[in-house]
Amino acid sequence: MATDVIVAETISKRFGAVVALEPMSLRIAAGGIVGLLGGNGAGKTTTMAMLLGLLRPSSGRIEIFGLELERHRYELLPRMNFSSPYVDLPHRLTALENLRVYARLYGVVRPEARIAELADDLDIGNLLRRPVGKLSAGQRTRIALAKSLINRPALLLLDEPTASLDPDTADWVRGYIQRYRAESGATIVLASHNMAEVERLCDDVIMLKAGRLVDRDSPAGLIARYGRHTMEEVFLDIARSGARSAP
Amino acid sequence: MIDHDHRHTVELRRTGPLTRIGALVLRHLYLLRGSWPRLLELIYWPTVQMILWGMITQFLVTESVWVQQAGGALIAGVLLWDVLFRGQLGFTLVFLEEMWSRNLGHLFVSPIRPIEMVAAFMLMSLIRTLIGVGGASVIAILLYHYSIFDMGLPLIAFFFGLIVMSWALGLVVSALILRFGLGAESLAWFLVFALAPISGVYYPISVLPDWVEPIAFALPSAHIFEGMRAVLIDHVVRWDLLRHVFLLDAAYLVIGVAVFLLAVRIARQRGLLHQVGE
Repeated sequence: MATDVIVAETISKRFGAVVALEPMSLRIAAGGIVGLLGGNGAGKTTTMAMLLGLLRPSSGRIEIFGLELERHRYELLPRMNFSSPYVDLPHRLTALENLRVYARLYGVVRPEARIAELADDLDIGNLLRRPVGKLSAGQRTRIALAKSLINRPALLLLDEPTASLDPDTADWVRGYIQRYRAESGATIVLASHNMAEVERLCDDVIMLKAGRLVDRDSPAGLIARYGRHTMEEVFLDIARSGARSAP
Repeated sequence: MIDHDHRHTVELRRTGPLTRIGALVLRHLYLLRGSWPRLLELIYWPTVQMILWGMITQFLVTESVWVQQAGGALIAGVLLWDVLFRGQLGFTLVFLEEMWSRNLGHLFVSPIRPIEMVAAFMLMSLIRTLIGVGGASVIAILLYHYSIFDMGLPLIAFFFGLIVMSWALGLVVSALILRFGLGAESLAWFLVFALAPISGVYYPISVLPDWVEPIAFALPSAHIFEGMRAVLIDHVVRWDLLRHVFLLDAAYLVIGVAVFLLAVRIARQRGLLHQVGE
């Protein structure tokens, strides 16, 4: 039986008068890839930031691996990691220097061996000695992915992991995420507004719209229930005509 | 804690604060090592200041009895003032580097705690100040045959008194930058200069108007520069002044840390940690 890795109870976020996220509860089971799907301003990044502890919810509570995030943050963070196009690695440091720093921060016992392993897996060996700022967007994404995997997290949060990548690199990254989940058994939460990506990677999709959880199902389940052929069509249905009530 | 089926785990050690502090210091040492202009800049301004005031001292020695008696008080003042300025700037610039590089989000979801970040920034501030002011002090020996090290053990007390005060200022400036964004970064360069006139760097506090003196003596720096002149002119160590320095430093440091931690807390409430950058 799958256990819930994440349990969020009525979490919400307000910034003054602006409601970024209406009260929302969700449970995320171990070992799956869960998509947070929604348009701009839907609340994907806000939800992800709250799950990481970067942002404090205005109300509600979050448990990760059975521990309350707010109270046990520093016990939980070594088992988590994340990557986002909105958060960079220092550009003036080489990729290798960045990975060494983060390996030490996360307490990786044999950092050089882990970096070598990631260099093989992600085909970044030839990039390690170059400053991150001199790399292309695709190369930087692979280095950011390496950083997010440095501690081999049991819970990996990826915010738009293929944003601004060419189709070939994006496809490669998606394949790698699938392989990582398959071999590690990690739970992956992925925020995206790329429907094809969500359809390919996710077992479970949480649909957000204007700060509300509006639907949740597997991609196939959503497509069937909305009587559509693709997730893109489901997304447009929800975005343009309102949504069914949250399950 | 629930332990899930996590098939291939990387071995992680339960790291202590020193490992995490060391990792963040390493990040900034990599930055310094990779950029010779940054290293040069650390020494450049303290040296220029010291040369300028060395020349002024050489001129005034022939004109002023006080300067003759002071035995290098002006150069010592310049070098010690730079401990305060460079220490504060060093702390704040290290924090700013994390904002400029949009790295704060990664740091705040890593296992390093805010208080450990503060410790790492303090260490980097110390390293940067030792390189900058240490280099200028050696050049003062070569150019003017003036060694600030002749002050002996009191110099260590003055140095630490000033560096701790600089960390307290750096904490408050970093907190303001975190709260108000990079638009407030110029505070890193000018805020400390507001304290220069009332710190008595180049003149005794008694020169100040009566009503300003209590304000001046609320600063550790005023006691330090008075103490410095006592050593250089009267050849006595004013322990009473040093006691004030360390009491005031302790109070300012506690306030600085509290303000910084409050700013982090507010940043987590307002979503500032993953939205910062150029």
